[in-house]
Amino acid sequence: MGQIQLNQVSKSFGSVEVIPPLDLTIEDGEFVVFVGPSGCGKSTLLRLIAGLEDVTDGHVMIDGDDATDIVPAKRGLAMVFQSYALYPHMSVRKNIAFPLRMAGLDKSEQDRRVTEAARVLNLTDYLERRPGQLSGGQRQRVAIGRAIVREPEAFLFDEPLSNLDAALRVGMRLEISELHKRLATTMIYVTHDQVEAMTMADKIVVLQAGVIEQVGSPLELYQRPRNTFVAGFIGSPKMNLIGGSEAAKHDAATIGIRPEHIEISEGPGAWEGTVGVSEHLGSDTFFHVQTAASSEPITVRAQGELGLRYGQKVYLSPSMEHLHRFDSKGLRIE
Amino acid sequence: MISPSVILLLGWMIIPLSLTIYFSFLRYNLITPTGNPFVGWENYYWFLTDPSFKAAMINTLVMVGGILLITVIGGIGFALLLDRPMWGQGIIRIMVIAPFFVMPTVSALVWKNMFMNPVNGIFGRIATGLGFEPIDFMGQIPLLSIVLIVSWMWLPFATLILFTAMQSLDQEQLEAAEMDGAGWTSRFIFIVLPHLARAITVVILIQTIFLLSIFAEILVTTNGGPGTASTNLTYLIYVSSLLQFDVGMGSAGGVIAIILANIVAIFLMRMIGKNLDA
Repeated sequence: MGQIQLNQVSKSFGSVEVIPPLDLTIEDGEFVVFVGPSGCGKSTLLRLIAGLEDVTDGHVMIDGDDATDIVPAKRGLAMVFQSYALYPHMSVRKNIAFPLRMAGLDKSEQDRRVTEAARVLNLTDYLERRPGQLSGGQRQRVAIGRAIVREPEAFLFDEPLSNLDAALRVGMRLEISELHKRLATTMIYVTHDQVEAMTMADKIVVLQAGVIEQVGSPLELYQRPRNTFVAGFIGSPKMNLIGGSEAAKHDAATIGIRPEHIEISEGPGAWEGTVGVSEHLGSDTFFHVQTAASSEPITVRAQGELGLRYGQKVYLSPSMEHLHRFDSKGLRIE
Repeated sequence: MISPSVILLLGWMIIPLSLTIYFSFLRYNLITPTGNPFVGWENYYWFLTDPSFKAAMINTLVMVGGILLITVIGGIGFALLLDRPMWGQGIIRIMVIAPFFVMPTVSALVWKNMFMNPVNGIFGRIATGLGFEPIDFMGQIPLLSIVLIVSWMWLPFATLILFTAMQSLDQEQLEAAEMDGAGWTSRFIFIVLPHLARAITVVILIQTIFLLSIFAEILVTTNGGPGTASTNLTYLIYVSSLLQFDVGMGSAGGVIAIILANIVAIFLMRMIGKNLDA
């Protein structure tokens, strides 16, 4: 079991309140991602759950029991750190066995669990090496191994992939998702990368300045962002947010339209503009189009190559059923 | 192009060394000016069989070992204390390091006269005030007194090196260990101490080199006495060549000291080499 509940949890460092009182429930077996720009309090929130930081006020409940005053080791949670935090002077085997050794398990049980974890994570050949002799991805797996041998109620990941190169990151993302499917244990994952959030999460928690902006499944967030912050944060490339007279036509303070919901053509359309920089990905092309409708260039995603040149005159036609409308406070208008 | 500096450095080292070796084979006594005949290993024989040589060797080992023990353990303790945030830590850190800046003769004299003197010293006054017999530090426990004085001088050095090492410890490692269920003691034994191992070997190496040649502290406090109770090898060489005017004997002692220092250095280097590899 690994249900985690935060009741009116808040955190201040001195007189600075980094997390105003906040409620959140994480169900057993869920993969929850905390996402937000740097400094939004997502790591602090994770450390509050882990017990590495003390809450200023409120209660952390694990499986219905108040864990607020329980020391980190006794909460039954395992954490994977951004820097992996492996013990450099111990072999991989000793690193993975460390929590078991601290728990006082007997030697044969330790060996059994370490061997099993190493098998699951493809680390069997590296057990006698030191962390310094491993690559980034292998170190990451050792850190995960150290977490899974404890058979915790929930896993906490603090930006675990941010030190890996892009190709490895995609691979590890799949491995972690795979691990979650197999173990079916609650996982809480902190990242600033919305792609990681979208691809891995059952539930995404979008945070800004310690405040939860929206909680929902990846598609809910994508299709129905609750406010302009979530609208701009989720999705890549970013949603085009247009204010002023163009928004007023739709009875809104701001309208949002995703790059994939705009058609670009040389024929007539809603907005006239000139092509700026275009980014060619092969499968897709992103055009940044300067128009009179918006002060910012509008990003358009088109499939394949269209053969449009820099400075060429084009017309944009947004798809009306995919238009998002927001009021003057930035909240969604249904 | 590097030959000038190589020649200069070699000369700098080789000339005094070869002169010392040369003198150690001569009968060269300043109070019997009867020429300096070649006497072979005679000086070595007499230096090694002198009862004060054995005493000096033991004293040297006890001094170096004792001071290393006190400074390393004390240094780790101080480093742990300094590592936590506290009020006025800038000033406190400077004050902890201050003893290192005091000249050996001065600090030894201050300790001898103001702290350890049985009549005027603070320790003596405290003992008398409490109704105990004051301890005559330099008379009753000369070796321990010198160990204490020199430890006081070297503690800042050990603290400084170990404190710097302590600060480079990744906090996430400690947090990970905390999550893994390690209490304070386990974290200290399994994370902090292994992290400090390298710094500890550096402290041991550098201090050993300097502690083998403690001299000023002995000269201004006990003069190597009473008897040979606080004479170390360096002081014994001084006694032979400058108090007994026997240059040959002193040189022989010097050569022996060089050999011993090299043996120690080889051991330490191997130890450090192992530790620095990881």
